[in-house]
Formats: sequence, C-alpha cells, structure tokens
Amino acid sequence: MATVLRFLTLTRGKRALNTSDWLTYAYLLLGTCLMFGPVIWLILSSFKTPAELVRFPPRLLPYQQETIVVPGFDDPLALYDVPMPDGSTRRLAQVRRIGIEAQMIDPADPETIIPVNINARSPVEMIYFDFSNYTDGVQRFNFWTYLGNSLIVTIAATFLTLFFNSMAAFALSKYQFRGRDTVLFVTIGTLLVPLSVILIPIFLVITEIGWNNNLLGVIVPGAATPTGVFLLRQYMLTIPDELIESARIDGASEWRIYLQIILPLSLPALAVLTIFSVMWRWNDFLWPLVVLSRSELFTLQVGLNSFKGDLQVQWNLILAMTVLTLLPITLVFAVLQRYITTGIATTGMK
Amino acid sequence: MVKTLLFPVTSVMGWLFRLIISAFDLIMQPLQNRLGVKGMAYVFIMPNLVIFGIFIILPMLLNFYYAFTGGTQLFLENRPFVGLDNLTTLFTCGNFLDPNSCREDLFWRAVMNTGGYVLAQVTLLVLFSLVTALALNRNIRGRGFFRSVFFYPVLLSPVVVALIWRWILQQDGLLNGIIVALGGERVPFLLSAGWGQAWVVIISVWAQMGFFTLILLAGLQAIPSEFYEAANIDGASAWQSFWGITLPLLMPTMFVVLVLSLIRAVQVFDQVFSFTGGGPGTATVYMVQYVYTTGFANQTKEYGLAAAASLVMALFLLVLTAIQLRLGRRSEIT
Repeated sequence: MATVLRFLTLTRGKRALNTSDWLTYAYLLLGTCLMFGPVIWLILSSFKTPAELVRFPPRLLPYQQETIVVPGFDDPLALYDVPMPDGSTRRLAQVRRIGIEAQMIDPADPETIIPVNINARSPVEMIYFDFSNYTDGVQRFNFWTYLGNSLIVTIAATFLTLFFNSMAAFALSKYQFRGRDTVLFVTIGTLLVPLSVILIPIFLVITEIGWNNNLLGVIVPGAATPTGVFLLRQYMLTIPDELIESARIDGASEWRIYLQIILPLSLPALAVLTIFSVMWRWNDFLWPLVVLSRSELFTLQVGLNSFKGDLQVQWNLILAMTVLTLLPITLVFAVLQRYITTGIATTGMK
Repeated sequence: MVKTLLFPVTSVMGWLFRLIISAFDLIMQPLQNRLGVKGMAYVFIMPNLVIFGIFIILPMLLNFYYAFTGGTQLFLENRPFVGLDNLTTLFTCGNFLDPNSCREDLFWRAVMNTGGYVLAQVTLLVLFSLVTALALNRNIRGRGFFRSVFFYPVLLSPVVVALIWRWILQQDGLLNGIIVALGGERVPFLLSAGWGQAWVVIISVWAQMGFFTLILLAGLQAIPSEFYEAANIDGASAWQSFWGITLPLLMPTMFVVLVLSLIRAVQVFDQVFSFTGGGPGTATVYMVQYVYTTGFANQTKEYGLAAAASLVMALFLLVLTAIQLRLGRRSEIT
C-alpha cells in the first residue's frame, strides 16, 4: 500500500511528495472549489423548476416529480410512493388533494380511489434539467436585443481602441515632437482618476453632444484607453528605428510605415489589448448605465441589473439569464486562457 | 498550441483592419506632403487625443467648476456660482467621528464605510494573492490549470458576480443550506449590516485576487533560482529563504499590487451597487455610490454636492498615491 501511494505521488522530478506539496495541492484544490463552485452552483440552479428553487435545504442537482398519463384524466398525474398497511410500498398517482387527504389511484387500475394521508406519501423524483427557464427568460428579458447591443458595443469599441491607441502609441514611441512628454504624462496620470468620480460632467458632455440614449455614447468615449496607449507604446519602443529609417529611404509614407511595419510587428501586444478591450466592454456597467436609459438600447449587463430589480421577475429566470450573460466571456476564456494569463502576467496591466 | 489557435483570429482581424485602413491612404498622402514627416506625429496622435480631451480631460475640468455651483439644473449656464458652499455643506460636522452629527451624514457614513472596506479588502486581497502566487510558484502539476482557475472570476462582470453571490447567500440559499445541514441556524447574511459589509469584502477578494495573483506570480518567477540554491547550500530553512530572499526581492511587485489594489478599493462601486444596493440601511454605501446617488439617483439631483464629494475623493486618491510613490522610491533606494 505504501509503495502504491508513493508511486502515485511521484512528481516530475521522480521525488515523492512531501508535506508542503500535499498542503499546496490541498490549498489549490480548495481554491478550485471556491473559485468554480459558485458558478457551477449558479448553472445547476438555473435548470431547476421554481418549485425546486424554493426548496430548503437545497439539493445539488435539479429534480422534477415524475408524472404519468392515465386514461380518463386530461392532465398527467403526479406519482408518489405510498406505504401500504401490509408493509409493502405501492407507486400511486394522485388525482386530487382534499385537506390533508390525497385521493390516489393505481395507474394500472384507475377506477379504485385510495385515500392516503398527505404526510404518508413521498414524491417519486428524477433528475431533470428544465430548459424552460431559458426559453421563458429569453422572451421576458429581451435577450436578443441586449445581446445585439452588447456585441455592437464590444466589437465597435474594440476596433476603435486598437486603431486609435496604436496610432497614438506609434506617435509617442517613434517621433520626437513638441509636447510629447506632456501627452504621455497626462495619459498615464489619468489612470489614477476613476471614471466614476467624474460621472456628472461626463454626463453633461454626452448630453451636449446628443449621445444620450445612443450606442455611440457608450462606444466612443471609452475608446481612448490610457492603458492601451501605454501598453502598445512600451511594446513599440522595442521595434528598432532602423526598420523605419530604411522604409523611409525606400520612399514609404509615414502612414504606410504605421500600417505595414509597425502594426504587423505589434501583433502580440495588439492581441493582449484586444482581449482586455473585449473584457472591459463586455463587462462595462457604470458607463452604459449612465448613458442609456431606454431599455431597447441596454447592454446585457445593464439589462440584467434592471431585470434583477424588477420584483415581478422570478429567480429562475434571473439565474438562467445570468448564465447566458457569463457564457460568451467564459467560452472566450476557455479557448484563450493560457494566452490571457501569460499576457497579463507579462504586461502587468488590466 | 494556443498561438496557432489564435492565429486565424489575429490574421483575419489584421487583414480586415488593414483593408479598412488602406482607404486612408487617399487622405494621408496629401497630409504628409503638407505637414512633413514630423508633422505626421500630430496626425497620428490626434484621434486619441481628441476623445481623451473631450471625454476625460474636459469632464475633469468641468467637475472642478461644478463643485462650486449650486441649484439642480444640469447645464452650467443655469447654475449659480456658490463658491465654497458645497464643500462647507459636506464638512459641516459637530463631531467628525460621528456621522449623525453631520449635515451630510450619508457622506460621512460613506467615508467611514470606505475606510473600513479599504483596510479589510486590501489586507485580505494582498494576503490571499501572495499565498496563492507562492503555491502556484512551486514545482507542481497542473500549474496552468490552477492559474486559470484562480483567474476565472476576474473575467466575470460585477453584475454577474453580485447575482451569483446573492443567490448563494439568500435566506434559503446554498450557504444556509450547508449551515443547517451541519446543525446550525440560518444566518440572515443579506439582512444584517455586519454580514453585509463582511460579504462585500469577501466577494471582492474572490473576484479580484486572480489578477493580483498573476502579477505576483510574474514577480516570483523573475527571482533567479540561484539565490535559493545558494541559500539551500548555506543550510537556510524554507522559512528563512522566504523572509530573506523571496519577500525582499518581491517588494517592487508587491508595491505595484498595493498601489493598484488601494486605488481600486477606494473606487469600489459597481459590484457592491449591484450586490447590496448600499444596504442593509446604509451599511455598504461607499464614496462613489454617494456621488452616484446624490447626482443621479435621488429625486432632487444635487450635481454640485456630488461634484464636490468627487473632488474630495480625487484629492484623497492623489494624496494617497503620492505618499505611496514617495514610500516606494525610498524603499528602492535603501
């Protein structure tokens, strides 16, 4: 037994695990449960029927009571296990309930009514993933409208960000011009000022431009990210100036140098910025909340928040819509996770 | 592997990008003929600078002016100049330690709540991020997997995080189910002020620690392994290596983490707003939410007061960061 354990615990260095290795794995596994657990619980809950959702204490998997169609009855009847006076247990279908007495029948013999105390019977249940939360939710929640808005905002803003930030970073890294250091300093300085602090004047500016209740008001203002400029500038500094000089000698215009030399060489940094930008825009909440007040323009996040505030709405629908909202970003992460984590580790930015 | 997976995405995007931008040739060539090579720098920086100026710099200046005007009109021409009135209103207090004695009691409650939140959140965040980074820095299997696991909540939006945890913490929720199953009594997590404040901290640590773990991990991996080997030969214990090598060499990274997490903690808003809405009572109203409610959500929109409060907050952040940079520079010299 000890040798088996030892074999199982061999690590790559052919060394058996010691106490601190066990502690490390225990910590990481506990962490995995705490990090993923809440999301998995959300997903499992989103498949439960409203009756199952209010059940306390809650059960892990979604269940539903089994029903049976009996000739002579229009609706399917709920099945229960009922202990009989002779000690056996029979599976009966409930026809109706009167006070504490349930009138039940044997599906094989629908004519005979058997009265049973409601506390004596126990429901027959099966694991059942109820997709109606999703289908109902999508209708009540205007899911497709919100999804469309979120997609428009995310894609358009990311393109604008990549385009404008890379041009600015090119100018800041490869040219000597008056005011360059001031621009750089101010750009980085604004990283310190939270958007939330200047909410009111931003609202005023957007109102003056007439972008209230216009997706442009969500897309354009966020496009000039200081983080993006800084990240791309740092990367472009590593591109040798000789490349640009020789292109100039060959007669390339500055625009062509940016387009055909700088951009292709900056692809790794652009990829990291793309991921950031998608993440920022998709999850953005405060800015769209302030700019958009007509519900047909809501993004998923704002829509979800107002859906939550609507008292008429049931938890089962909210849970299903929350899953749909976190699904796209989760899929992107599942595909690109190594790239994202190393990208952030090397740039140290968010 | 992932790079090859990503390749079609980046190449198609790069191709599209270039196609659209090639159209700009028609405008750019004449521009360069007029402005010269160096002048093009201004052309390149202009779009970014214009957006930046209109939507960040201009609002910052306007905010400053707003703070000294009164009334409830949004447009500046309808707002009377009131000088320091808004700031005086904020700072009229019988006793600064007791919010009830203040004219704007909600503001001081928010200040106090924010103070407590920042202390607890930053401490726990840095602690857990450091422990996780140290665990991930060991020679273990599945490092990439665990790294992604801890990072995953960072990707979730504040609204989603808030909803997930409301669902777990509600009266008939999962956590109370576990507590009852273990023989305890149900706890009103979302209804008591103390629990509300505690959970706001726990949830934000849950949602943010992956990001700081990654930064600290990068810092840990930059420490040359020769140092540890030398310490090992000299007979240092793991504990001694940690205090003697890891911690001092990790200080610059720790400093970055501390600055970033402090700034972010002071600015806490959307997650809490969606999670508790400031309640129960005013237990989780923080400074940004005070600005938001005073300026936007309340029936009478007191833009001036909100702007003044945000000015106070910006000043506080500036001082905080300056102190940190000062300390950081000193620790670099020594």
